[in-house]
Amino acid sequence: MKTTHAALAEKFIANTAQTDWHDRTLWLVRQKRDKAVHTLPEWEILREWASQIKNHTLSQLSEYLSEFEQKAKANGIVVHWAADAEEHNRIIYKIIRKHNIQNIVKSKSMLTEECQLNKYLEQKGIEVVDTDLGERIVQLRKEPPSHIVLPAIHLKKQEVSETFHRYLKTEKGNHDPQYLTEAARQHLRTKFIESQLAITGVNFAVAETGGFVICTNEGNADMGAHIAAVHIACMGIEKIIPKARHLAVFLRLLARSATGQPITTYSSHFQQPGPGQELHIVIVDNGRSKHLGRKDFRNSLKCIRCAACFNTCPVYRKSGGYSYHSSITGPLGAILNPNTDMKASADLPFASTLCGSCSHVCPVKIDIHEQLWKWRQVIVAEGYVSRKKKTGMKIISFVLSRPSFYRFSGKAGRWIMRTFPFLLKNKLNPWFHSREMPEAPKQSFRDWYLKHKP
Amino acid sequence: MKVALFIPCYIDQFYPQVGIATLQLLKRLGCRVSFPLQQSCCGQPMANSGFATRSKGCDNNFIDNFKHFDYIVAPSGSCVLHIKEHLKSETHPEEAAHIRGTIYELCEFLTDILQVEYIKASFPYKVGWHNSCHGQRGLYLSSMSETVSPEFSKPERLLNMVRGLHLSIPRRKDECCGFGGIFCISEEALSVKMGTDRIKEHELNEVDYISSADVSCLMHIEGILKRNKNNIKTIHIAEILNSKL
Repeated sequence: MKTTHAALAEKFIANTAQTDWHDRTLWLVRQKRDKAVHTLPEWEILREWASQIKNHTLSQLSEYLSEFEQKAKANGIVVHWAADAEEHNRIIYKIIRKHNIQNIVKSKSMLTEECQLNKYLEQKGIEVVDTDLGERIVQLRKEPPSHIVLPAIHLKKQEVSETFHRYLKTEKGNHDPQYLTEAARQHLRTKFIESQLAITGVNFAVAETGGFVICTNEGNADMGAHIAAVHIACMGIEKIIPKARHLAVFLRLLARSATGQPITTYSSHFQQPGPGQELHIVIVDNGRSKHLGRKDFRNSLKCIRCAACFNTCPVYRKSGGYSYHSSITGPLGAILNPNTDMKASADLPFASTLCGSCSHVCPVKIDIHEQLWKWRQVIVAEGYVSRKKKTGMKIISFVLSRPSFYRFSGKAGRWIMRTFPFLLKNKLNPWFHSREMPEAPKQSFRDWYLKHKP
Repeated sequence: MKVALFIPCYIDQFYPQVGIATLQLLKRLGCRVSFPLQQSCCGQPMANSGFATRSKGCDNNFIDNFKHFDYIVAPSGSCVLHIKEHLKSETHPEEAAHIRGTIYELCEFLTDILQVEYIKASFPYKVGWHNSCHGQRGLYLSSMSETVSPEFSKPERLLNMVRGLHLSIPRRKDECCGFGGIFCISEEALSVKMGTDRIKEHELNEVDYISSADVSCLMHIEGILKRNKNNIKTIHIAEILNSKL
């Protein structure tokens, strides 16, 4: 089975109308972001501050994590540490068993997606209801999210209507967004009321206070966390910021970068369990400390998961999230995934033209396109490259580094192109599949120069 | 002012007219231009494919050819950026550093070093401008839509000096064309889709030419245009600035 980004992208593009729609929709989000950031003359300063706060935090991550743990415990929060996805899932399962919980709601958390929590619990016969609208849609369709902020962005309202008709018994063919949203609302309301456990993600965990912040537009994290008797918040170790006042930087950057809103509808601060409630935090490593140890790549841990790099990326917009064949898609996935599974992700850093748009929209200034370049070097050095490419590169570098060889090959190549064009104009040449070859002139620039030299 | 002309390998082989226009233009503007005869490639094809370790030979050859000049100028943002960011030498680090600091893409050399205010050129056509990513976001030839900063464009400033030229900027003014070096082969379908979409915008604007400061983008765009029997032509900015139509 072909599962490379290139092959999956080709499949996606085959449906031109859908591709153009996907591209336009995400470009619209990028434009909303542009409009929002251009209202702030201090935008670039905010980016620089955010980048420096995160750099500083990463340089003393263990201290800040300890401080956070200590403060959180003092606030009455139960703190768990998970080295990997398996441990993260096991910790949550244990809490579920302890309370004999049947009804679970979950608000959006890319970490639980990364850890495949739903699948793990399903195998143990436990159902988790995703309550973010987009996530609920893809969950009903048994699909993974295709985008970290807009999980169902690959779907049109007609497809959502069909899904809701099948699972929520909405009218067939009614794809009025208002009607569909209301149906989801009623459906989820029941789930919230019945819930005994709410699982949420964490956007920012504040070392100084031991509290954390969750940003949503739908209020679903709050709904879950306030109704259920038990709340488990899951966070990667990189979610820490030192002080509460740093939120003033990050909250201004996050929503503007993500959707072009000045701030998310809900920025909910959790500090301690409510009366009669239990509040747990699971702090997860799952490859992050390994990433932190990679000098060239550590600063990708600055990421605040706004997905601005997704929306701006022409490759992502025109190839869709599923072409990245991993839970974190887009340019971000392309720099994060090789850390944990280099073999399976070996193609992802090559799924880019290195246009650099990502690095310049990034609100925390991650050098995304430079990391893509560097991952290419690592992937080749570790041997995750085809023999064909290796041999090709050997020949090209041999020729190009020897001026007389280069000139001879150039001349011979152009002669062949003029004399036997069919040798290159055939289906074995990927360039020629949808593009004409450049003309092969009789003389190179150098030939001309030698004739016309002053 | 001793200026060395660097003509990237694929321009040398397939687009000699771009090299000629660059040379003539620089001479007209008063530069003493040499073309080091043993030059070949900057090494970018290997490095961008993950084989930077295999570009040592190109690095050494580049240093041998270009170490003795005040300035190095090339009509390609992408190759210039590669040299600026990645030219290395274990044996001659100072010479490598000198080259990294003195290499310029043609447009920025004209606006920043020569500080050209007037160019005697005429090109009575509607020209759609394509910002090449490496020139724009790597060399900062122009401001970009991603950042909040004052707007500027060195190539546009130059094109505005050309008599009769009607400049047309597409709505997505800094979207990648999908060439991307190895990308245009390894992600062929996506690369062509991206290029086709860029062309569509220029078609809507009814341009006669698509121009850019990078021949690589133009080679890709030209390939798609020709396959589709599209009448829009491609032309490098050096050819326009050197044009006396």
